Amino acid sequence: MGSKQSIFTEEQLDEYQDCTVFTRKEILRLYHRYHSLAPEIVPCHFNDCADIKLPLELISEMPELKENPFHQKVLQVFSEDKQNKMSFNDFLNMFSILSDLTPQHLKAHYAFKVYDFNSDNFICQSDVEVMLAKLTGDELSDEEVQLVCNKVMEEGDLDGDGKLSFTDFEYMITRAPDFMSTFHIRI
Amino acid sequence: MQLEKPSPSRSKTGGFFLSLNPLLHELPSYQSLIRRTSAGKGSTKRRNTAPSYLFTSLTHRRTGSDELEQNIGPLREMPVSIEEKKRIRASPDYQTYMLTKYDQGRLFRKRARFIQTVKERLSSLYLWKTDIHDIEGKFGTGIRSYFSFLRFLVLLNFVIFLLMFTLVILPTIISTHQVVNTTHAEVPSSVVAQECTVYEQPKTKLVLFYSYVINLFSGTGFLEQTYLFYGFYKFDYLSSGNFHYNLSLAYFMATCFYILLSLFWVVKRAVEGFKQSFIRSEDRFQSFCNKIFAGWDFCITDQHAAKLKHSSLQYELKTDLNEERMKQKIADRTKKEKFRIYLLRVFLNLVVLMILFVCFYCIYETTVFSQKAHKRSADNVEGFTSDLIVEYLPSIVITAANFITPRLFERIIQFEDYSPAFEIKFILIRSVFVRLANIIVLLLSLWSQITTCDDDACKPCGYNNKLYPCWETRIGQEMYKLMIFDLIIISSVALFVEFPRKLIVTYCTWAPFKWWGQQQFSVPQNVLEIVYGQTICWIGTFYSPLLPGIATIKYFIIFYIKKISLMNNCRPSTRPFRASSSNFFFLAVLLIGLPLACVPIVFSVGVIKSSKSCGPFVKYNISWHVIPATIDRFPKGFNKLLYGLASEAFAVPFFLFVCLILFYLVALAGAHKRVIDQLREQLAMHGRDKQYLIKKLTRDSLILKKRSTMSSIQEN
Repeated sequence: MGSKQSIFTEEQLDEYQDCTVFTRKEILRLYHRYHSLAPEIVPCHFNDCADIKLPLELISEMPELKENPFHQKVLQVFSEDKQNKMSFNDFLNMFSILSDLTPQHLKAHYAFKVYDFNSDNFICQSDVEVMLAKLTGDELSDEEVQLVCNKVMEEGDLDGDGKLSFTDFEYMITRAPDFMSTFHIRI
Repeated sequence: MQLEKPSPSRSKTGGFFLSLNPLLHELPSYQSLIRRTSAGKGSTKRRNTAPSYLFTSLTHRRTGSDELEQNIGPLREMPVSIEEKKRIRASPDYQTYMLTKYDQGRLFRKRARFIQTVKERLSSLYLWKTDIHDIEGKFGTGIRSYFSFLRFLVLLNFVIFLLMFTLVILPTIISTHQVVNTTHAEVPSSVVAQECTVYEQPKTKLVLFYSYVINLFSGTGFLEQTYLFYGFYKFDYLSSGNFHYNLSLAYFMATCFYILLSLFWVVKRAVEGFKQSFIRSEDRFQSFCNKIFAGWDFCITDQHAAKLKHSSLQYELKTDLNEERMKQKIADRTKKEKFRIYLLRVFLNLVVLMILFVCFYCIYETTVFSQKAHKRSADNVEGFTSDLIVEYLPSIVITAANFITPRLFERIIQFEDYSPAFEIKFILIRSVFVRLANIIVLLLSLWSQITTCDDDACKPCGYNNKLYPCWETRIGQEMYKLMIFDLIIISSVALFVEFPRKLIVTYCTWAPFKWWGQQQFSVPQNVLEIVYGQTICWIGTFYSPLLPGIATIKYFIIFYIKKISLMNNCRPSTRPFRASSSNFFFLAVLLIGLPLACVPIVFSVGVIKSSKSCGPFVKYNISWHVIPATIDRFPKGFNKLLYGLASEAFAVPFFLFVCLILFYLVALAGAHKRVIDQLREQLAMHGRDKQYLIKKLTRDSLILKKRSTMSSIQEN
């Protein structure tokens, strides 16, 4: 269909459509969102060469992310340059992975990275403790936190090394019925 | 897994072990893991991609794993950044892939989006969709499940009403307007005495205004001979030209249809919930992981909802931990303690039974009293309130019993020392039993009234025709009264109990009131209320074809009352009801009500002689005889076949066959379970094997490398 937009070239839109699960309209809408976060920095027309990046603090102000206890780690995982800045590509990638059309193995891959707080490629006891703190605040006693960590390891750790590797995590996710519906942001 | 620079790290045992081992990525199992299609896993919304070969990241592999296969597939399924994907897309390999494999991605995506928009449009037609969504946002999924259950009942009752309307009421309307030829149902006077066919309204001497109100609320007087009750449908055959419509058969079949329809619909919904809860209870290994890793809904944007989610997650975790502790405690019990607990439980169950008997006796006595008073009041009109109270006495007693007994059960169960989840379920089961049994006792007492006479007065007609010239209508009236009273009670409680409570708590600053707090919405008790109402509707529809319509309106009103009361008077529960297994549980409770509702109907149809003065079954001895009479009119061969199917010679082998199938399925399920357990053990074992082998291999290769460098140094 003929497009009247002048933000992207046709070639760019095609590229994005192949790389993400979004349609043309959605990509345009996402660019508007990205632009509205910092109108003075982000140009109206998309310029692939320019190195436009927004700081993560700005993006975490978005209503979709603000209330999420994991939003900081999510943004860090998807920001490629590891300098707490996100380009539009990263922005698009993040919402593409978190949309509902993404297959499970891809979501599991990124979820593993999000939940691995100390970035050692395992979800270990300390990671689970951090998760619990984020999920429930300080409401659980130390003993309860310990119990929960033990239960989680008992349930998920297949090879018995006391932490969850990616294989363990992926197997566990296939048996978690809620994962696909909760690891999903509507935008 | 993305391969970063392999960094040495110390494992727990202190051995030297590369945490990210290139060997790991060479394993065939890893290759097949990333090669595995996503079809069939997770949600069924996933599109069925062609076997997708994941393209392993070029930049990171350039360090030396060129021997790895580089298979190309849909870009959007690669776990790399978009810049990377753009680079891959521009590479010549991808171009050749595009030539050889037709990228169905865009088509699939368009189709997926289209299906999604269609589903969204259809779901926007759902009744009360936005209301329920609001409720879920503010109060959580437990309360939301109650409201979706209510919506389901509205739909069910509406469909039953449509069924009765088209099969029974519409033909009757047509016949009363004398559009077609109708034959009234007449009973041959040789069969039955004349006095049985007499059915006239007792004429009151004074027709006062308030008698109209009483009639409206109790279904007597001007309402008795209307479409509302069984007694009105006195027509037998409607014929127009060659078309004959057997109304008595239609009435009977409509009853069977609505029972079967309710059964299938409820079972269908229950099965969906059962699969979920069965998997969850079977795979007990998942509850904690599921809550932690898939517990937070990333769609939450509202601060209030976020707070609610935090507190509900916390509550769920605490409850689960309590369950664990309880399990531990139960496992640690000594023999003596066990004996004591069991003895205590037996004693408390006897106490519960005693309470039940007291209830039943009260209901029986009140029903008998009310029935006797009903006859008397028709002759002399007494005071308005006393008449109304006497009419509604059984309903009042039943409601009081339904109110008091759950509180008693809550007290009692604290001594029985069950696990918390089981406690809630057990209280609910007991309360359900009480509510449903109360209805049965009411009906039993009515039945005893109908079929017992002082002397031989029952002989001519088979039932007490002096008191009950049309006993089906009388039962219909009782059900009608129960239903109206239920509605009155629910609305009065919302209006006169919860609303003042909220006003008091908000505006009165006295400390005890603050501690009392606003009402909390108790899902189990509310579910019991509506299951009770639905059972009454099921029983009553046979005696009063318009009752499903009234039930639809009643539940419609109740939805809004409950919603308004919830939004204004209630606060979010500090102990949210767990919705995970609740859908199935509600429907299971409903499913208990259905066979219980069938019992009185089966009795009325098959045992008690049908009224000879009213209704479509006057020609038959008992209502069931309409079926054999119809079958006799069928052609001979078909006739024989049907009789054969109903005979013992067919029924017993059929029953044995069904038992065999059941046995086979149970054995199959057991075998599957064993296989799953074995496979899980194997999986764990293989994981450990793999770790061990990789450790050994890495260590050996390191040693070899060291030796070779040392030997080359020595040579030089």
